[in-house]
Amino acid sequence: MAKLTLDELRKKRAEAQKGIYLREGEFRGKIIVHMGTCGIAAGARGIVAAFLEELERSGTKDIMVTTSGCAGLCSKEPMATVEMLNTPPVKYGELTPDKARNIFKEHIVGGTAVAAYALGMGSERGA
Amino acid sequence: MAARRIELMLCTGTGCVAGGAFRIKQALEEEIARHGLPDEVSLVATGCNGFCGQGPLLVALPEKIFYGWLKTEDIPFLVQEHFLKGRPVQKLMFTPPEKKEPIPLLGDIPFFNKQMLLVLRNKGLIDPEKIEDYLARDGYAALEKVLTSMSPEDVIEEITKSGLRGRGGAGFPTGVKWKVCRNELKTPKYVICNCDEGDPGAYMDRSVFESDPHAVIEGQTIAGYAIGAAHGYIYVRSEYPLAIKRMQIALDQAQEYGLLGENILGTGFSFDLEIREGSGAFVCGEETSLIHSIEGKSPEPRQRPPFPAQVGIWGCPTVINNVETLANVPIIVTRGAEWYSQIGTATSKGTKIFSLVGKINNTGLIEVPMGITLREIVYEIGGGIPGNKQFKAVQTGGPSGGCIPNSLIDLPIDYESLKEVGSMMGSGGMIVMDEDTCMVDVSKFFIQFTNDESCGKCTVCRDGSDALLEVLTRITEGQGMSGDMEFLEELGLAIKDGSMCGLGQTLPNPVLSTLKYFRDEYEAHITEKRCPAKVCKNLIAYWIDPQLCQACLICHRECPAESIYGEKQMVHVIDQNKCTKCGTCLDVCPPRFSAVKKLSGEPVPAVERGIKVERKKKPARPEQEKVQV
Repeated sequence: MAKLTLDELRKKRAEAQKGIYLREGEFRGKIIVHMGTCGIAAGARGIVAAFLEELERSGTKDIMVTTSGCAGLCSKEPMATVEMLNTPPVKYGELTPDKARNIFKEHIVGGTAVAAYALGMGSERGA
Repeated sequence: MAARRIELMLCTGTGCVAGGAFRIKQALEEEIARHGLPDEVSLVATGCNGFCGQGPLLVALPEKIFYGWLKTEDIPFLVQEHFLKGRPVQKLMFTPPEKKEPIPLLGDIPFFNKQMLLVLRNKGLIDPEKIEDYLARDGYAALEKVLTSMSPEDVIEEITKSGLRGRGGAGFPTGVKWKVCRNELKTPKYVICNCDEGDPGAYMDRSVFESDPHAVIEGQTIAGYAIGAAHGYIYVRSEYPLAIKRMQIALDQAQEYGLLGENILGTGFSFDLEIREGSGAFVCGEETSLIHSIEGKSPEPRQRPPFPAQVGIWGCPTVINNVETLANVPIIVTRGAEWYSQIGTATSKGTKIFSLVGKINNTGLIEVPMGITLREIVYEIGGGIPGNKQFKAVQTGGPSGGCIPNSLIDLPIDYESLKEVGSMMGSGGMIVMDEDTCMVDVSKFFIQFTNDESCGKCTVCRDGSDALLEVLTRITEGQGMSGDMEFLEELGLAIKDGSMCGLGQTLPNPVLSTLKYFRDEYEAHITEKRCPAKVCKNLIAYWIDPQLCQACLICHRECPAESIYGEKQMVHVIDQNKCTKCGTCLDVCPPRFSAVKKLSGEPVPAVERGIKVERKKKPARPEQEKVQV
């Protein structure tokens, strides 16, 4: 490849930075997809894929998509919990990839929880 | 790159590779593919993570969950449980010795959270074989800044103001060295990166090469710009194949991108680098020997002055900097001298990398701010001494350094304090010793090493180290005489005075510092013929306590010299004439009996053959207390 100029170096650096955001460790929120056996059977893998697609398309860097075990409400799977900084977590149930995309747009980007799919706000209390 | 939800930073430094990291990598790739996860989970092979005692290891991002001591058979479970279902696997996490609960997050593990990463800022966070990863972490931003907005004099001024001193051992101010070279009229000029790391137990420079080679290239290119050089050498020992491979890949990438070569980034500055491999002589770490080695001459030092900054390679002005020194340069340029000089002590600025090895729970590579105390390193980062043994000393600076005793454990680590107590910073080896280490034996070990490695040019170093070794060997064999200690001291000082290069000038340090702080151990060896740590073979004996022996026959079977008499029901007896003192009997005697003892400085009690064992009565089971309701 041709030798870089200063501008090209800066462009290359900016491009490369897109790929490593998971390593920088600053997150404003977290999407947890419940991936117990029940969740996977109900289609949780497709929900993860939908969230990741939205994440990439929007160029958002400070949202973590992660998974956890069964949330205990197996009949409402696939489920996901959205935790934004300084607000109570919201649990969503009976998701589809389209619902997941809506949640991303309205809750993550827009900042308003999608009441239509929400099962509840807040978490269970610990012992 | 597409969005991912997990990134696995798998350590592929030399230590983890030796432990099977590439097999783990393959297993991870297979399992990730089997579960259809390649779009969600990515795998990055990084350089040395630092916590080598836990290798092979990986860190799962974004949560930074730390997994150590991985085996290929753990991988299917790990991938399914954590990376698919999101349930982190406790049994593969780090659990401190004598604790039950694992610590899941890297940031909560004391080994990591007491460190300060400047030079190793990219360790475990980039793939060292991808220049894009380095660029993404602000790579080559310092070079960009230097070439577009700073004159060479500005650069030298900045480095001088930062207080950066050479990390190879002597601690000479880097900015001053660059200035001397810049002011020389003769051209061309050269920059050499010294990666001839030879101290036993030290691997700081290797790790920097393996985890972040571009940082060294960037630092060296800036040095070239500052002094007005167009060419540089990277001198690395050939015993570091992985480091050489990664550095060569990095050089090729930098050349391809035009970050090395003609007219760098279109600024008119040209600079190029090439690797030269050393072939294993310790003395080549000494700068004038190193120059001779590159020139194809036999690696012997020469008298200084003139210093290499004035008359160096091919007779031209040459700056020689250590790997770690050069890797400090980019961050000083980007963040500024003022910021950098706030870290550390009055005279020692910034951080230092140490390889923490020996009798310590957490073995690995650490980067700490100058001025940290030895206690913090040993007990907090290092997690203390295994088996709750007593800390005895720490050896810093390799064969050129000295032993620092327990009484000085609150010593702040910087160039001056270490020198004051008779040791030195050296390149950063730190060998921890516990109560089972014999200090006379340790100094014999180091003199053996330097005696082997002395190039032979100076008589005092060549023959003086022979004489030191002879006397030390005699003492450890129980043939010490009065006057030996005084002789060692006098000769040690003479070798320091009469040697031309750093090797000879520092080689007596292990002897002199142990004589200073552990004189009683020398005295015990010489006058009582006793080795207090029970290490020196000629001064110890193994003996089976007839009161404790339960005639289990294990030591009788395992003794390679067949020196143990043993029969069923009969107390076992070691034949002292046949015993080779290998210690096998002590190792195999079941801890519940602990019948084998090491003796030193006392006669071995005679035990007749044919004594019947005293059976230990099983302790009566305590009667269960009745619970009052």
